This record gives sequence, structure tokens and C-alpha cells, in this order.
Amino acid sequence: MTDQQHPDESAENSGASRRDFLKQSSIMAAFAMTPPAAVTAVEKGLHEKVATRFEQMPLRVTINGTAQQLNIEPRVTLLDLLREQLNLTGTKKGCDHGQCGACTVHVDGTRVNACLTLAMTTEGCKVTTIEGLANGDQLHPMQEAFIKHDGFQCGYCTPGQIMSAVACIREGHADNPDEIREYMSGNICRCGAYSNIVDAIMDVKQGGQKV
Amino acid sequence: MNPFQFTRVTTPKAAISAVTKESGTYFLAGGTNLIDLMKREVIIPERLVDINKLPLATIEKTATGLRIGAMAKNSTVAEHELVKKNFPLLSQALNAGASAQLRNMATVGGNMMQRTRCSYFYDNTMPCNKRSPVQAGPDKGEPNGPTGCGAIGGYNRMHAIFGTSEKCIAVHPSDMCIALVALDATVNVSGPKGDRKIPFVDFHRLPGDAPQKDNTLQPGELIMSVDLPMNEFAKNSHYLKVRDRASYAFALISVGVGVDMKGKTIQDVRLAMGGVAHKPWRLTEAEQFLKGKPATEANFKQAAALAMKGAKSFGENDFKLTMAPNSIVEALKTATKTA
Ligand SMILES: Cc1cc2nc3c(=O)[nH]c(=O)nc-3n(C[C@H](O)[C@H](O)[C@H](O)COP(=O)(O)OP(=O)(O)OC[C@H]3O[C@@H](n4cnc5c(N)ncnc54)[C@H](O)[C@@H]3O)c2cc1C
Ligand code: SF4
Ligand code: FES
Ligand code: FES
Repeated sequence: MTDQQHPDESAENSGASRRDFLKQSSIMAAFAMTPPAAVTAVEKGLHEKVATRFEQMPLRVTINGTAQQLNIEPRVTLLDLLREQLNLTGTKKGCDHGQCGACTVHVDGTRVNACLTLAMTTEGCKVTTIEGLANGDQLHPMQEAFIKHDGFQCGYCTPGQIMSAVACIREGHADNPDEIREYMSGNICRCGAYSNIVDAIMDVKQGGQKV
Repeated sequence: MNPFQFTRVTTPKAAISAVTKESGTYFLAGGTNLIDLMKREVIIPERLVDINKLPLATIEKTATGLRIGAMAKNSTVAEHELVKKNFPLLSQALNAGASAQLRNMATVGGNMMQRTRCSYFYDNTMPCNKRSPVQAGPDKGEPNGPTGCGAIGGYNRMHAIFGTSEKCIAVHPSDMCIALVALDATVNVSGPKGDRKIPFVDFHRLPGDAPQKDNTLQPGELIMSVDLPMNEFAKNSHYLKVRDRASYAFALISVGVGVDMKGKTIQDVRLAMGGVAHKPWRLTEAEQFLKGKPATEANFKQAAALAMKGAKSFGENDFKLTMAPNSIVEALKTATKTA
């Protein structure tokens, strides 16, 4: 994999172009605040195609057990929705291109990269983030094991590692260290906490706790 | 990411009519390739048609083999009992690709359609005929960045050694497709002009004068499913992937092998290579040579030499001229358990 990404660059670019665009067109600035139907009704013709591109669309999704009724732009990724609109900043943005695993969350029980998931495609789904893993004040067994085995240093990759680690056991791919390494390879740790992460997963798996 | 319009569809018919309505419209499956390319502004769609709700994710037995729906996830296919039992080569190839998270998102249709990982293609400021064909751009007829080929005479370590043109030397990146071409798969597509079947060997194309076209799909056509005919290769299959690290990297060279053995003799064999051409590269001459011959290293070496006829490297990828035949021999040894 070539490493050409610049963290956050795309988010900043699209933000800038959107701002410029709104500046250029005061009519459009007003429309951005107006419900889609009204936009289409008033602005038949010239700007319709452009206007609908900034349209917010309804999204129903359950996040960590809470049903959400949201309105979002179609280009918002699940990662940006979680972090920037719902303030669930436990899920981290590393590469933003599917290469590091920092953004790993569970959608309907399977682990995915939130940075390459358009939020709109989670309509009707159940999303679990690191914030939804603990049971109230009681940490999830995998969280406990990461602490016990020093599974993190700076901690940046840790939420994604833990979400993957839980999935790894649920998928039945945590029977030995080699298998764990293979099935955790989508999560990169720049601090190199790997061996302790493998220990933590082995511990939970052998402990037989329900994950 | 640039703004775009978004449509969710629930029937293949609605999906097809939504893409034929306007240019610059793309199907959205798992999004693992398309969203990445949109973030980098290599592809700038006007509209995405979300096909995730289409009922095309089933894997079922047919009279002649197995049918896998285009929306089946890579992880689901790899773990499916019928696939593991009858087509272990496909399982192995899928599990050799990407990461567990990505395989949970990536679909069969999307995997076949993924674009090259050529780093010049990914970089809008660098010349690339695939991203910016001379006559028309990928989307609206506007070239997206300079034309030419950055890789020829540039950094081309990952690039092709077979079937290249002076316009493009990119390789097709999919692991799954190497297994599919070896297994004689057929692609079922549906489009504005009706349904048709495409033999998998003819699905992807060589760059020639039109490197922007990766495959033979017509505008508006939707991949519905892939058919695999039954075979006798299950016991002696192997997918060898040579890469820069043990996991989570694209192939430098990969080899997919399926052998039907009678005692020590090769009754029938399928061989395909990845990381060497603009399309999954089937090694028919080597297959013909091996049929009816004993499974020995000497025969494997001869087959590999036949497979390498016409190979041409571009400097940084000279090592592939040695690595490719060695990989063929290794994969054959493992598959026939003669290693
Ligand atoms: C970090 C990283 C590492 C990777 N490593 C590997 C690897 O080692 N090996 C490997 O093989 N792959 C690898 N991949 C690629 C990954 O497998 C592909 O991105 C994935 O298979 C694409 O499937 P998708 O469903 O996400 O497609 P999308 O991104 O949704 O779509 C891709 C293209 O296919 C089109 N499309 C999708 N479905 C259909 C359909 N039914 N009919 C017609 N057109 C359709 C879309 O319009 C789009 O143009 C990697 C990806 C990443 C991000
Ligand atoms: S090899 Fe093909 S994809 Fe890569 S820069 Fe050249 S034209 Fe573009
Ligand atoms: S942020 Fe790196 S994989 Fe999503
Ligand atoms: S603990 Fe620092 S990146 Fe993993």
C-alpha cells in the first residue's frame, strides 16, 4: 500500500470548497438552511442540480443503543458523523483511507472501517463504537485485558484495536497467536504495542468470558 | 469529498435505470474503493446509487456449480461452507486480500471492479492515461490531471510484465479475480439492453489504446452474480501471494493453482497469475504442457518457463521476471504436495 494520504486533507478541502461555494452564491446560502422540498419548489431550473447535492437527507440509525433521527449530507462518512456531529470521539481518525484500522466500529455486529463507510449506507443499522462497549461503569473484558497486559502506549490506535479484538474472538479467529496476528493485521499501531495486544486477546479468549 | 447526489435503490431494475439516466453516476457497494478514490478526487461522481439493499447477496448451489451474488461480502464468501469445500482456492485468495474489516465491507461485484493501485493513478498531479484519457475524462469528459504515463520510466516496481501498451503498464490488483479466472467463472450482468453472460477471462481487458477501460462492462450494466462450474481441484488448490509484508499488502506476484491429480500424474490443472498484467493472467500454455505429466519440479520449471514467454519488464520491476516463474513452481509444489 502506498502511503499518499494526508490526514484530514480531504475534509478540509471539501469544507473550503463548500464555504467558497456558499460565499459565491447568497441564494444558495439561504437554501442550505431550507428543507429540500422547499429548495426544489423555489429553485426549479438553474441551480436545482447543484442544490440537491448539498441537500441533507434523513438517516435513521441506532448508535450504542440509542435510536437517532438525523439529517446529514450524503458525503458524510460514518467516522465524521460519529466524531463531528455526535461527539463520539472515541473512534479515531488515522489515515482516513482504510489503511490503519483506527476507525474500526461494529455495524450490525461486524467490524468495518468507519472512514470508508458513507453514513447514509447505515440506514436502519445498529452501530457500536468503543463508547458502547462497556456496561455502564464496568469495562468490557477486552478493555480490562488491554490495561492488564499494557496493550497500549499512546493509546491512539487502541479503540480500533479493541473493537477489532472483540470481533476477532466473535468471528472465531483467535485460537492462537498466529491467527490473531493475521486477523488483527488491519489495525496498525505506530507505538508497536502488538505483542501485548496479542497477549490481551489470548487472555480474554482463554478466560472464556463472554465478549 | 466533493458533494454528490445520493439515491438508494431496492431493485436491480431501479439501479440500472438510475445509472443510465445521467453520466457521472456510479453504483456504490461496499465503498472501500470508490469512497477512497472520491476522497482523493480521482473520481468525482455526480451521483451515487446505493445498491447495498439489492437482494443480490445469496450464495447457492446450481445444477452445474455455485452461484455467488454480486453483493455477497468478501468475508461471507471466504467463510461459506460450500466455497471452502468445493472452491478452497477462492476462499484462500479472498482471505489473502485486504484486512478483516475491509473484507466485511467489500463485495464480489466491487472487488471485480476495483481500480488499479498504480500510485500515479492515485495522484492527480501526476500524468496518467488511465485517470485522464486523452479524448475524455473518466466522468464528464474533462481530463482529471495531466495525461501520459508516470510509471513508464518512473517508479514501476508494482507494475506489469505482460500485455502492457505504451499507454499504460498498470496491474489489476484483485486477489479474488485470480481465483475466479482460474476457476473458469462466468459473470452474469444486467443492463439497459438486457441480460448477458461474460466469461471471466473476457471480463477484464488489456490497456491497449484505452487504459481508462478496465473491463468489458457496458455503461449502465450491473453485475448480478458470478457462476462457478464444479471441478475436481478442491484437494489440490493453492493461492500463493508474494508481498512486501506477511499480511495486509497488495501482491507483488500471486499465483492461483488448482490441480486434479491421479496418483502422481496431473490429470487437469488451472493456473493464473496476479501482479503481472492489466487483467488476471491465465497461464494456458503452461496448463496444456502439464496435463498428463507427472508432478515433478522439473516439469513445473518447464511450465513456468513457458508461462514467461513474452514477459517484458520496465526497470524497477525487473525482479518480477525471476520472482514470477519461481512463484509458479512454488505454488505448484504446494498444491500438488510435492514440496
Ligand atoms: C487498504 C486497502 C487494502 C486492500 N487490499 C487488497 C488486497 O490485498 N487484495 C484485494 O484484492 N483487494 C484489496 N483491497 C481492495 C478491496 O478489496 C476493494 O476495494 C473491494 O473489493 C471493492 O469492493 P466494494 O464493494 O467496496 O466496491 P465499491 O468501492 O463500492 O465499488 C468499486 C467499484 O465497483 C463498482 N461496482 C460495485 N458493485 C458493482 C456491481 N454489482 N455492478 C457493477 N459495478 C459495481 C462501483 O461503481 C465502483 O466503481 C484493499 C482495499 C484497501 C482500502
Ligand atoms: S501505469 Fe497506467 S495507471 Fe499507472 S500512470 Fe501509467 S497510465 Fe496511469
Ligand atoms: S482511519 Fe485509517 S482505516 Fe479508517
Ligand atoms: S498505542 Fe500508540 S498507536 Fe498504538
